[in-house]
Amino acid sequence: MSENSNKPGTDAAKWYELFSRGARDWLRHDEKVRESVRQHLPQIIAGGDVINDGARTVRVPVRMLEHYHFRLRRPEESQGAGQGKAKPGDVFSDPSRQRGPGEKGPGGQDEGEVQLLLEFKVDDIVDWLWEEMQRPNLKARVGPSDETEWVREGWDRRGARSRLDRRRSFKEMVKRRRAPGATPSFIDEDLRFRQLTRRRQPAIHAVVFFMLDVSGSMSDRDRKLAKTFFFWVVQGLRREYRSLETVFVAHTTEAWEFTEAEFFQVSGTGGTVASTGFAKVREVIDARYNPGRCNIYLFYASDGDNSVSDSADARESLSSIAGDACYTGYVEVSSGLSRQLATETGRLFAELSAAGCAAGSYALNDFDDVWGAVRHFFTAESNAPEGP
Amino acid sequence: MSDDWRSYVQRIEELAARSGLEFHPVDFEAVPDSFMMEIAVYGLPVRMPHWSFGVRYIYQLIQRHMGHSRLFEVVFPGNPGHAYLASSNGLAENILVTAHVLGHADFSRNNLLFRRCQAQVSERIVEHAANHARQIQQAIEAHGMQRVEAVLDAALALEQHIDVDQPLRRPRYPEYLQDPKTLADDEFRKRFAALDPTAASTGIEVKKRAPVPPHPERDLLWFVANYAPEMESWERDIFLAVREESFYFYPVFATQIMNEGWASYWHARLLREADFVPQQAYLDAIKCHSDVVRPVAADQQVALTINPYHLGFAMWEKIVEKEGIEAARHIMEQDDDFGFVRNHLTRELADELNLFRFSARSDGQIKVLEHELTELHEALLGAKYNFGAPTVSASHVRNDGTLELTHDNSVDGRGLDLERSRKVLDYVQRVWRRPIVLTTVNQAGSTLELTSP
Repeated sequence: MSENSNKPGTDAAKWYELFSRGARDWLRHDEKVRESVRQHLPQIIAGGDVINDGARTVRVPVRMLEHYHFRLRRPEESQGAGQGKAKPGDVFSDPSRQRGPGEKGPGGQDEGEVQLLLEFKVDDIVDWLWEEMQRPNLKARVGPSDETEWVREGWDRRGARSRLDRRRSFKEMVKRRRAPGATPSFIDEDLRFRQLTRRRQPAIHAVVFFMLDVSGSMSDRDRKLAKTFFFWVVQGLRREYRSLETVFVAHTTEAWEFTEAEFFQVSGTGGTVASTGFAKVREVIDARYNPGRCNIYLFYASDGDNSVSDSADARESLSSIAGDACYTGYVEVSSGLSRQLATETGRLFAELSAAGCAAGSYALNDFDDVWGAVRHFFTAESNAPEGP
Repeated sequence: MSDDWRSYVQRIEELAARSGLEFHPVDFEAVPDSFMMEIAVYGLPVRMPHWSFGVRYIYQLIQRHMGHSRLFEVVFPGNPGHAYLASSNGLAENILVTAHVLGHADFSRNNLLFRRCQAQVSERIVEHAANHARQIQQAIEAHGMQRVEAVLDAALALEQHIDVDQPLRRPRYPEYLQDPKTLADDEFRKRFAALDPTAASTGIEVKKRAPVPPHPERDLLWFVANYAPEMESWERDIFLAVREESFYFYPVFATQIMNEGWASYWHARLLREADFVPQQAYLDAIKCHSDVVRPVAADQQVALTINPYHLGFAMWEKIVEKEGIEAARHIMEQDDDFGFVRNHLTRELADELNLFRFSARSDGQIKVLEHELTELHEALLGAKYNFGAPTVSASHVRNDGTLELTHDNSVDGRGLDLERSRKVLDYVQRVWRRPIVLTTVNQAGSTLELTSP
């Protein structure tokens, strides 16, 4: 390299060791893919299998973008030249050619199909969703909270080494040395330590109850629909509350509280008695959450086939919850025929809404509806009147 | 890497000159593999940014990780030429590559197609391309990524659609039809004019505007840059920059078999004659040579692609053996791949190399066809016609600015891929800024119009 070093262009050389144009253009491609993914959010949200439990990312398979050129239609039969020991009339098969030979351009645009698995942060997706929904501001009821936080306040001459405030100590030293006859360097008197103090923090608490009907009439698909919907609800609420608790309740003719992991695995048999579920929710609220300090949300997913004899009980327990909750939402998951909320449970929520409570319903027939449901509840919730 | 090979460069150059090679001086530079790969992806050491290069880059990266491709050198013709050698090359490989590069340098200085295109583009394409990259970077700063990218999407989609038979710096069409008076100077016209002097004189006075384009125009990059109704000047500049690079790429594309064969022939020959190369390096280099010119079918019984190095090398060996080096040089100067393969790939040689022609059905079934030499030539060359692109030309601009493009399916034998063509129309429409109509044929062979928007 030495004999080259005095030629123009080579002094500045080595730039390519620091900078890769290929990587730059690849990043730009990546950005474009993400843009186009962003335009297809509803489909991504609908994808039931994008959700990794507990993970903060979702994976979306995408295809590489193609820069299009004029190309001839792929022929039924194409000719080519090969080499090797082959006689006229020989027939063999080449599965790799099934897509037909590509007409290569000068740069080789025939790149075939490579799929990428792009990972998106759930937060990013929720950001986009929020933008899409014109940022609904959830109306939270602020309650005073017991939460405290340590904040810095004042200085003291004693303290832990780690809280030594050097700048402040130096100032003290300078001040002291203005007096005649002072010792020149630091003495213990100069040192200042930062002090901490506890301060009450006006924090906003929220708890979401996810109540799922797991009676015999709810199929696996129904539960998966509900799960996908619940997932995005949690993501949305998490953005609004610093601490968000989730409670999972499943019911058939009885009701149980579950952990998140168990919750979606649960399946039961037997009839549907929604009031048991509502009663369970009520019980948990009373035991653990103070409605005055905590924002309560309830989302209920069911196929709506509540037993008729339960109507009165369900109505009563639901309205008691609705009185304390910021919002109650009902998604009706019905594969097959969409009865559009004309069910027992559907009526229940319609009454509630008519009575002026913050309540809403949505019929979820298909994975494509998940996006609509999320949008429906979040825009509805933000427009809902202040709870009592 | 060691710089041992540099001590050989001069001696190889002297040997090459003694052997009759004529080349411009070449700057050799050893660069890391990662940069070699980028040169291969972009086709030039510094080139304009575009996301499509990023896609190719990733494919290259995948290929490299699978150990499929290894690049020893990339050389750019010019005066001086620029040769980039992979710094991972060993001494023997570099000796071989130096000789190979000189073969290319001889080719690009003497081949007529190269000379013609270089006369247009200048002998400093590497610097020109770097200027284009800078100019586009400035455009991005001035007009934003989105707008520049839209122009590049369109320009690079049409990069193969140039007309190298026209000059690079080409004037616009004449504005008016030629005055009929200049045509009409024969006996008959004189007597006809004498019959009714009034009618004749009024007809001649009116100048008629020439239609645009006056004939179907293949050079779409040039046409759009010059006749788009509302293109901004910086957008035109980008189109013309892409077009200039295409003028550079065309001879590289159209002489690949000849050029690689010629360079391989010379690296083999120079190596044989280079008595100053140590024994071990010589053996290593010979092994490397045989890897480069090895037929794709060497390990397997049958391959459905042909290594252009191998084919070109075998053809030049045969030509030199039969007709002598002077005749070979003459062919090298005058032909491109089309003439070279058609004139010099003989039945005898094709049989010797076990070349065959096949037809591939879309279900993956391959059938080997009868030996038929001219058909074999066409199978080898088919993908190279017209810069590898379908024959699409601009045929008319309507009064409202609508651009009519026509695909000549009688030349290509079948219609266009509709999905892709529609996308290309969308790209171009964003700079043409008026509707675009493209005529082609569908599967059944009946005429079809695509429009954008």
